[in-house]
Amino acid sequence: MLGPSGSGKTTTLMMLAGFEPATHGEIYLDDAPINDVPPHKRGIGMVFQNYALFPHMTVAENLAYPLKVRGMGKSEIQTRVDRALGMVELPQFGSRRPAQLSGGQQQRVAVARALVFEPNLILMDEPLGALDKQLREQMQFEIKHIHENLGVTVVYVTHDQTEALTMSDRVAVFNDGKIQQLSTPEDLYERPMNSFVAQFIGENNKLSGTVKDVSGKECVVELDHGGTVTANPVNIEGPGSRTTLSLRPERIEILPPDNYANILEAKILELIFLGDHIRARLSVAGNDEFIVKVPNKHDEHELREGETTKVGWHASDCRALDPIAIS
Amino acid sequence: MSDSSAAGHGQSSSPTGSDETPGSLTTADGTPLKVSLRRAESRARRKAFFLVLPLLAFLLITFAIPIGQMISRSVRNPEVADYLPKTAAAIQAWDGQEVPPEAVFAAMADDMKVGLENRTLGRAAARINREIPGARSTVLGTARDLDEMSPPYKEAFIAEDEDWENLEFWSLIKRETRTITPVYYLLAFDYEYSPQGEIVERPESYQVYRMLFLRTAWMSLLITSLCILLGYPIAHLLATLPLKSSNLLMILVLLPFWTSLLVRTSAWIVLLQQQGVLNDTLVWLGVIDDNNRIRMIYNQIGTIIAMTHILLPFMILPLYSVMKTIPPSYMRAARSLGATQLRAFVTVYMPLTIPGLAAGVLLVFILAIGYYITPALVGGDTGIFISNLIAQNMTGSTAQLRLAAALATILLLAVLVLYWAFNKLVGVDRLKFG
Repeated sequence: MLGPSGSGKTTTLMMLAGFEPATHGEIYLDDAPINDVPPHKRGIGMVFQNYALFPHMTVAENLAYPLKVRGMGKSEIQTRVDRALGMVELPQFGSRRPAQLSGGQQQRVAVARALVFEPNLILMDEPLGALDKQLREQMQFEIKHIHENLGVTVVYVTHDQTEALTMSDRVAVFNDGKIQQLSTPEDLYERPMNSFVAQFIGENNKLSGTVKDVSGKECVVELDHGGTVTANPVNIEGPGSRTTLSLRPERIEILPPDNYANILEAKILELIFLGDHIRARLSVAGNDEFIVKVPNKHDEHELREGETTKVGWHASDCRALDPIAIS
Repeated sequence: MSDSSAAGHGQSSSPTGSDETPGSLTTADGTPLKVSLRRAESRARRKAFFLVLPLLAFLLITFAIPIGQMISRSVRNPEVADYLPKTAAAIQAWDGQEVPPEAVFAAMADDMKVGLENRTLGRAAARINREIPGARSTVLGTARDLDEMSPPYKEAFIAEDEDWENLEFWSLIKRETRTITPVYYLLAFDYEYSPQGEIVERPESYQVYRMLFLRTAWMSLLITSLCILLGYPIAHLLATLPLKSSNLLMILVLLPFWTSLLVRTSAWIVLLQQQGVLNDTLVWLGVIDDNNRIRMIYNQIGTIIAMTHILLPFMILPLYSVMKTIPPSYMRAARSLGATQLRAFVTVYMPLTIPGLAAGVLLVFILAIGYYITPALVGGDTGIFISNLIAQNMTGSTAQLRLAAALATILLLAVLVLYWAFNKLVGVDRLKFG
């Protein structure tokens, strides 16, 4: 679950866990409604934002806690705790207290604790939010690994889109308490269904205009600042309605061949050299924040700031979505 | 200034060196780093010491010295040794088997002459009189007639008053020549010296202190338990309610805390007395008969109710401050791991509140066992504490300052022992008072 803060993703997670009542609708887990099941009977493992390891217990006692409350035998608990500690590669840390562990180690213990009682589902609420960048990437990798090895379903909340894209099979993008789109990371990026998703996932260029004509897989949009563009009608209401066009920066070509459906005038405002590509900020159809990624190829025509040039793109890469205000 | 910058310079060259090895860390002028660091630190320490010096002096004068005075007073017994010095010296050789020899009587006669002149004989006589009633008149009466007597004094004294023949009388004098006496501590535990000089229990009708110590302890324990029972839920509510309502609740907790102790105690008198609000209401409701109004004050119930109310904030505040720091995610984590609400509360939440609980218990209990005003006002006869008896022994015509000092010393020691035991049990460094 991905979304900006305040979009409702943690609330949704808490409803899954049973800590927030659902005012409407039903929650199913393996085809069984769990709305009225209290949290301790749902059998859902949970990893909290600040780990919520019990500070008055050792790591081993923390891991044993879910087993103990299930009335498991001592030797059984011992083997399971040892296995869980081994899984997160902290076998010798059982007798330490959580406060004696580093952030990354605490994180691993928290994951192990959520896994140790073999739940059907694991919820993670921004579990890596408190870690530094390098550790976060390492832990993303480890959690993904555990997930693949155990085959358990994980519902993961984050506001970091890279994290969501790298770790997930499916991503639910939240905004204003609604799921904007639920699909694979690839679909989210390549085929955003509305302007919010297009804007939230990856980099996006926006152009607003009015739909003139729709015919099958193409539509004609008249831009507010003059010129018409052929676009892919995804989320528009028909001729006469407003729309916001969405364009990925890497799908735009400078000095395009003549067979491109859309060719517009552009003024180069800024060039940033980034090694593998050059990031160009252009002014296109009144949008001064129009970004194009120009691959750094040796045969590339040399660009200069202030120069006027042409940009072009295919109609299929230009998605006509619901209108939003462009700042 | 130059020291610290030089030290920093020296440190950067080799951060792991020690000053034993040659070529170790030195400052720019060649002094070893450790020495100059110590010098700089001791300067800071000296400055800090001078800053706290006034407070230290204040504490010494108003706290340490009076307590020392109190403790020394509780064992002091100078009268006989000071005012009958010759007798005290002469009687040391006496074996206590028969009436002392003439030398002791002669010494006594000398002491009496000096004592009459200096008007100190009465004090010595009063001291002896406290152990053997009537001894005062024996001593003073003999002294008054001393002019008409002539040596040997032994016969003359015995002729004047047959008490001089009494071996118990003399052995008492011998015992009381010791300037340090445990007698007040014995009294404080309801023991005394028998006429034969053995330590025996006082007659039952005189026994009061042991019972009062015990009562003080169990009532304080009860009050502490009541404070936990009442305070824990309130503190929990305070810590979990939204800010707006928790602030209101906090004011309700603090308002009585800010109100004068006397006002609060008097309010309880108004409420609980037999013609008071509560009894009137119960009679009006028909729950009790007008002739059988409940006695809720001037007894133990009154003390317990009023003191629980007064000490409750001391339990709530440390509990609240600890509970406030426990994130709700702990309880949620426990619940999601399969614990019921109750189990999660007992196994996760409660252990985390122990530092606050322990602080509250320590505060309330120690305040309670030394409490004075409230038991004095609402305790009647059955609800008073040991501190009330200490106060009684300090004032009025029956004042026994040294007994009061002994009782107070025992109370102080009890508190210290308690604190020590508590430290062993919970660890005082883990406590959170606010």
